[in-house]
Amino acid sequence: MSGAARKRLVTALLLAPAAVWLFLFLVLPFVAIVVFSLGERAPAGGYQPALTLAQYANLPARATAFWNTLLLAPAGALACLLIAYPVAYYLALKVLPQRRLLLVALIVIPFWTSLLIRTYAWMYILGGRGIPAWLEMIGLPELRLINTPGAVLLGIVYGYLPLMILPIYISLERLDRRLLEASADLGATPFSTFFGVTLRLSLPGMMTGFSLVLILLLGEYLIPTLLGGGKVFFIGNALVDLFLQSRNWPFGSAIAVALVAIAVALLLAANRITARLSGARQVDLL
Amino acid sequence: MMRAFVVAVYGFLYLPIVLVVVFSFNAGRHASDFTGFSVQWYGRALSNTFLMEALTNSLIVATTSAALASLCGTAAAIGLGRAGPRTRAVFDALFGAAIVVPGVVIGIATLVALVQLFGIVNPAIAVLWPGDAPPRLSLGYGSIIAAHGLFSTALVTMIVRARLGALGRDMVEASSDLYASPFTTFRSIVLPQILPAILAGFLLAFTFSFDDFIIAFFVAGSQTTLPMYVFASIRRGVTPEINAIGALVLAASIVLIVAAQLLLRRRRPTSP
Repeated sequence: MSGAARKRLVTALLLAPAAVWLFLFLVLPFVAIVVFSLGERAPAGGYQPALTLAQYANLPARATAFWNTLLLAPAGALACLLIAYPVAYYLALKVLPQRRLLLVALIVIPFWTSLLIRTYAWMYILGGRGIPAWLEMIGLPELRLINTPGAVLLGIVYGYLPLMILPIYISLERLDRRLLEASADLGATPFSTFFGVTLRLSLPGMMTGFSLVLILLLGEYLIPTLLGGGKVFFIGNALVDLFLQSRNWPFGSAIAVALVAIAVALLLAANRITARLSGARQVDLL
Repeated sequence: MMRAFVVAVYGFLYLPIVLVVVFSFNAGRHASDFTGFSVQWYGRALSNTFLMEALTNSLIVATTSAALASLCGTAAAIGLGRAGPRTRAVFDALFGAAIVVPGVVIGIATLVALVQLFGIVNPAIAVLWPGDAPPRLSLGYGSIIAAHGLFSTALVTMIVRARLGALGRDMVEASSDLYASPFTTFRSIVLPQILPAILAGFLLAFTFSFDDFIIAFFVAGSQTTLPMYVFASIRRGVTPEINAIGALVLAASIVLIVAAQLLLRRRRPTSP
């Protein structure tokens, strides 16, 4: 066997396990839900082969779930962005380098710890025995916090804030400090340096964080379930209902395909906006 | 002012975590009345057989999926370094999708595909099987491991590739100049340098699998993982026992992530 052929064979063998995995558990499942979304619900639940767009025509039946998600997810992502930016800016540009590692690690840790337990903590805090009870103790009127859209929004910001801070921090940390000095030397005020240089150069990080958080929020289930108490329904809730309770798999598949389509459209739009505004091409994911 | 804001954000991130831990030691039942220090809820949690079974399931799934993902991901990261640009673009797109697609969609799609696949494979096995009781494939450990392994393989590949990219070419070239075989070069030069990244990838993959609720919710079949058990107990009503489990889960995750961070931050060794 020639050296080049042997090298190609080794490369193929190295890639094979991951390729099999990606094919069996990403590509094939995705093809399956597209096929299912064109089918019909069997009388006993589940799937019956067909070739119809009826499931997609039926999407408005779950309009409330789409409406809630498409309202609260962007609102939550925007709130995350507004809170995350100053934190990322402070970490990248204002903190002494020797303390930076620890402070960044403290942002990474909540991101990797159980979202379930962290959301549960807010159930505890916002629930009847938490803040409302404390407020009553100091004589304030009764207040209902849990099972409201506000509680879901709070949970979203809490859960996804680290994921927003990290990409913005990375883009600000890589920023060439000499540009800031040059801007100041040329007589720019700190205000115009920030808007003319810093903000523009951190735009790819902001777009990465925003689109990542938004896409993951589109499929969120735990936060609206635990903090919305069945009153604030997301697409994720509709999917759980259709697959695990009412067993209408074709309709559920159509919703899942619609969700992925919205996510892809968002990613493409985010890439175009980034490319136009900053001229940058490559965007890091994590 | 900015400093005060940043301090407030850190407080916001950690206050709920601290509260869960503090109230897991509460003798009373409710957040509004801390009636004294007690470890009784830990005792209740550890003697709950359903809970311990769910914990065992989670440990099995997380260890297996993280180990498989570390092997596949490392091999893929090395393979992608040798592959052509077109192969690399395809893998980049698929790994990107594996990371970005929300868990709920991954869970549903895997469920649908596996149920269909079992519908084809099981009758075939029944026909071909020589004995009386042919094995039946069904949802369970295997399907959770497979679905978790997808995200984890993408994650490990990303982390190991970043480390391979930062690897000095000089030592690899020196090694082959000194007539070491490619395998010897890999084993004695490359592997020691990417090992911390592989370990960090393993720990993060383990944490992901151990904490995942939504994917397992769809593909677990009759199995119950720890997050599924905790979710079901929360739906039944908030009890201090959940605080104790929560505190243990948080502590375990934090230890693993700190270890992963230390491995990733460690400077490149000066000698192999």
